[in-house]
Amino acid sequence: MSSEPATTSRISSEMAAAVGGVLSERVSYPVSESDIRRWAIAVYFPERPPREFWDRAYAESLPPGGIVAPAEFNPFAWMEAGDDPPAVKRASTHPDHVEQRLGIAGPGLRFQLNGGMESEYRAWMRPGDVITSVTRLGEYREKRGRLGLMLITMLEDRWTNQAGELVKLSHNSSIRY
Amino acid sequence: MSAAMSSGRHPVAASPYEASVGDAIPVFKRTTGLHEWNRFAAVNDEFVSIHMDDEAGRAAGFPGAIGMGRLQWSYLHNMLRAWLPPGGRIVAIRAELRAPNRNGATITAHGVVTAVRDEGGQRRVELDTWIDDEEGSRLAPGSAVVEVPAAPAYIVQADTGNL
Repeated sequence: MSSEPATTSRISSEMAAAVGGVLSERVSYPVSESDIRRWAIAVYFPERPPREFWDRAYAESLPPGGIVAPAEFNPFAWMEAGDDPPAVKRASTHPDHVEQRLGIAGPGLRFQLNGGMESEYRAWMRPGDVITSVTRLGEYREKRGRLGLMLITMLEDRWTNQAGELVKLSHNSSIRY
Repeated sequence: MSAAMSSGRHPVAASPYEASVGDAIPVFKRTTGLHEWNRFAAVNDEFVSIHMDDEAGRAAGFPGAIGMGRLQWSYLHNMLRAWLPPGGRIVAIRAELRAPNRNGATITAHGVVTAVRDEGGQRRVELDTWIDDEEGSRLAPGSAVVEVPAAPAYIVQADTGNL
């Protein structure tokens, strides 16, 4: 790594004041059976995915009745309902994407990693469901590690379906350095 | 739980109905590399240089390209789903991504039962979960809660048939 490890705090007063703010409100296109099949094939590769993710008749014979998405399925990949034109290059790959979405200056760190996830699942995601995600900035904190002073950012994400049912509550942390 | 402990030292519970505290559940194992990562990138729209390019991985402080944390997350879900009977579901899950998996590494998802509760017609099972690699390094420690109907469906059917 060419940059020197950070030794002073990267959390500006502007960033601290933004905690609790809404980063994004996203609406998915309707979930499709094809989306679910492809997700299952990818996460079980090279083995065949479980039948309930690709065989509608078999899935209908079992609870919860019909094909449902794996709980960790992402219905927002590639394009969201409000994208016009499609977001060819995802803003979320930029290390300052959180602050960019909040309209404030970011810390300007070069690298980011996924630090961990926590999810509570409620309603199933079924074909035809339209999922709305509201993501908030939960917290900033810093921790010293082998890569220097690391900035940890916690995001809170709440998913509901078109009926207003809670689908998922999650907390995700990213590590920037 | 110590880092040296593996689920192989525990008796394996075939399903949540046979589970007792201290039991392991069947593991989920994958040797991962670009074939697995590229497929996951395609469904999750996760085309990030450190998951595709050894040079980008080295620039970020790793030996080369690294796997996605979200794919480790899916492997933990796969392990739990395989253990659950029809009607079962994952209620909650948590994972701390402490280290990434390297290209060609064989990683294994593990779970050990920490609590079993029958309440309101449901059985809830809590587990310590983690992913380790072939060197025993713990990449993703965490926990999970799963839920199944308190009585398995086949027992209900058998009871009805005897009336």
